[in-house]
Amino acid sequence: MYCRVRSTFVCLMIAACVGGMLAAAGEALSGGDGTVFDTTRNAFSLPARNLPEARRPQFFVGNSFFNQNWIAAPASVAARDGLGPLFNARSCSGCHFKDGRGQPPAAGEPMDTMLVRISVPGEGPHGGPKRHPVYGDQIQGQSIPGVRREADVFVTYEEVAGRFGDGEPFSLRRPAYRIANLGYGELDRPLLLSPRVSPAIVGLGLLEAIPAAALERSADPDDRDSDGISGRVNIVWDAVREGMAIGRFGWKAEQPTVLQQTAAAFAGDIGITTSLFPRDDRSELEPAGAAARAHAGPEASAQVLHAVALYARSLAVPAARTDGDARAVGGRELFAVARCSACHTPTARTGDYPDQPELANQTIRPFTDLLLHEMGSELADRRPSFAASGSEWRTPPLWGVGLVGKVNGHTFLLHDGRARNVSEAILWHGGEAAASRERFRTMPAQDRAALIAFVNSL
Amino acid sequence: MHRLVPVLALICWLVSPPFPALAGDPSLATRKQAVIAQYAAIAQATYDDALAGARGLAAAIEAFLAAPSAESLQRARQAWIDARVPYLQSEAFRFYDGPIEAVEGLVNSWPIDENLIDYVDGEPDAGIVNQPRQFPVIDRALIASLNEKGGEKNITAGFHAIEFLLWGQDLNDEGPGERQFTDYVDGHGTNAERRRQYLRVASQLLVEDLERVVAEWAPDKPGNYRAHFVAMPPDEALAGILKGIGILSGAELAGERLTVAYETKEQEDEHSCFSDTTHLDIVHDVEGIENVWLGRYVRVGGEHVEGAGLRDLVAIVDPALARTLAQQVDAAVAAAAAVPAPFDRAVQGTDKAPGRIAVRRLIAALRAQSDSIARAGAALGLQLNF
Repeated sequence: MYCRVRSTFVCLMIAACVGGMLAAAGEALSGGDGTVFDTTRNAFSLPARNLPEARRPQFFVGNSFFNQNWIAAPASVAARDGLGPLFNARSCSGCHFKDGRGQPPAAGEPMDTMLVRISVPGEGPHGGPKRHPVYGDQIQGQSIPGVRREADVFVTYEEVAGRFGDGEPFSLRRPAYRIANLGYGELDRPLLLSPRVSPAIVGLGLLEAIPAAALERSADPDDRDSDGISGRVNIVWDAVREGMAIGRFGWKAEQPTVLQQTAAAFAGDIGITTSLFPRDDRSELEPAGAAARAHAGPEASAQVLHAVALYARSLAVPAARTDGDARAVGGRELFAVARCSACHTPTARTGDYPDQPELANQTIRPFTDLLLHEMGSELADRRPSFAASGSEWRTPPLWGVGLVGKVNGHTFLLHDGRARNVSEAILWHGGEAAASRERFRTMPAQDRAALIAFVNSL
Repeated sequence: MHRLVPVLALICWLVSPPFPALAGDPSLATRKQAVIAQYAAIAQATYDDALAGARGLAAAIEAFLAAPSAESLQRARQAWIDARVPYLQSEAFRFYDGPIEAVEGLVNSWPIDENLIDYVDGEPDAGIVNQPRQFPVIDRALIASLNEKGGEKNITAGFHAIEFLLWGQDLNDEGPGERQFTDYVDGHGTNAERRRQYLRVASQLLVEDLERVVAEWAPDKPGNYRAHFVAMPPDEALAGILKGIGILSGAELAGERLTVAYETKEQEDEHSCFSDTTHLDIVHDVEGIENVWLGRYVRVGGEHVEGAGLRDLVAIVDPALARTLAQQVDAAVAAAAAVPAPFDRAVQGTDKAPGRIAVRRLIAALRAQSDSIARAGAALGLQLNF
């Protein structure tokens, strides 16, 4: 109708304009169809916009159990007891506060929203890390009354000076860990130790919905394309299917599904058993007295486990805020020029996902390939986990990263929170990412600022 | 490409407005400004009343602590219930970057693990009150610093902490908690002096936090939030307004506060579980949404603050939607009033129990209202997606 009275040129302009607006709107939709537009401290806590009515009750029940503090058994509230006897936190939200990101402890304080995984050399069952015979898979710094804690883990930092290409100085802090106040005897040496900060948990269902075949396709284990970047899938134990599967979650992609990640965190971090993991991280050599108080069956029922997993799968990703910010828009190009996007791949496509079709078949913008990459000796934890070597890490998603400050009141990044901001996180990149780091380090200051603005707009 | 988008969008807008009557319509732009200005006026009036309520509560608590008795405790409890009326209505101003976000965690966090504060059934030594060695001095700084530390339920400050200190645990099926005033009398309650101090500083902190919010909404204060709010692009302010009531209606009320309790049937999941006043919380929350829709607020003293409301804007861009939403707002108000007290009893029983039916109806009404608020945003050309 309009076109008849206006020139073809105008029609073309309208088409271009509509297309452009759609593209721009698409860039913002980090979490696909379920993206939300919240930028408050609640930004990570909303259900996916398109979460169907039928699943909302389970989502909110999952939220309740995610936030609630578990208490020592026996207690009057049976649905919520079974804490410990050893634990890192009393609730999921204790570490993933407001569904966001944990941080390293202040100087002289024990860890609270991060933990240290441990193991001894060798392989455990299914090729995973080999548990320490006494202390298990991780150090639990808390315990229920009457039970000794495992230990306190302290971190200290050494400042390491460096310079940007233009001569501007920077300083990075290199962490060192000390395990003290051991409750159950000396730790054997050599001990493999991997500090882990709890990540934000938005968009996990979307990451689970990326087809395994797509991850395998994007992997390049032998760097056949000679771009200096390999990218490998981790192959891990799937406790539900009782077989090996592609790993997606955790700092080394050690968990194949959100359900298993949830159950593992219940068992290891809170000491809550489930049907999937009927044992917590306690060994036979640890508190016998408390064992008598433990539940006969799973401490978290199957309904609770599934509700919390659904909750974690369905938390919405907040929209990217790049397009209103000219500097961030410029940074988007620099992010590609510096080849950050080779591993922090901007887009992915989800496949079929029958359990939650709202997650299926859509374009998402997680800025991760979910693959393992060699990250150099500075970041290496030297603790292999399944196929992941001691210097490989899974590319973490960047969606929502710029809102962590709002939600969690800090901007610490990387697996151990050593980076105090985006710039430091980039400067710690080594190994396959060293070339990208150098491109960033040698950029003019305004380009570095633009690139950082872009990352913070995600 | 992306740099061209604004230019192309402008061309598009000029040559082909989809609703020619509305594009650049001066009356719509004027109306938007009027709605935004009125919203600021009712926000100010509501927070003023909430602050007055908190001061009344602090004064009643002082009077109670000066002469503890069953009567003075009852007056303090009533002051708490009264203070909730305007505060709950002000929750319609949450969920965007409004000034309440800076202090909300200290003001109205829930659910709380009460054993972090004081004794509970079976744990006589629990809580900050009973741990003088770990917490020698109870002051505002202490309870503010411990609030939300180590988990979202670790709440040491705000309305619900005070509620627990006034009522105690609700161990009674038919009524609220039955804390005795003697908890605050030396020689009767253990650590009575520390309990008095806790209750006093918690009420002072609440006043202090609400003073901050009131200052941000005060009129004619250059540099405060209100000055920024009325000067920002109108669509940005409107997006905040709609997001606030949309999220309150949907994810917050229908979801966290009603669905969870409905599903678990547990007192733990009830908003004001110590005083058994959750039904009133719901009524006043829903009223807050209605206030924003109508552009009016009835002050505690009876004065009407009236002006342009969202309904006037939506009526211009989509009259049919405005009629639907008007009905849904009324329906939500009615459904909230129909939830029987106490709420923790209302959610018990089979799905045919009248209480559960009433709660289910309210959840449905709030979801429908939230969805229509999102559609109203779309009709106004705003991107909300809450």
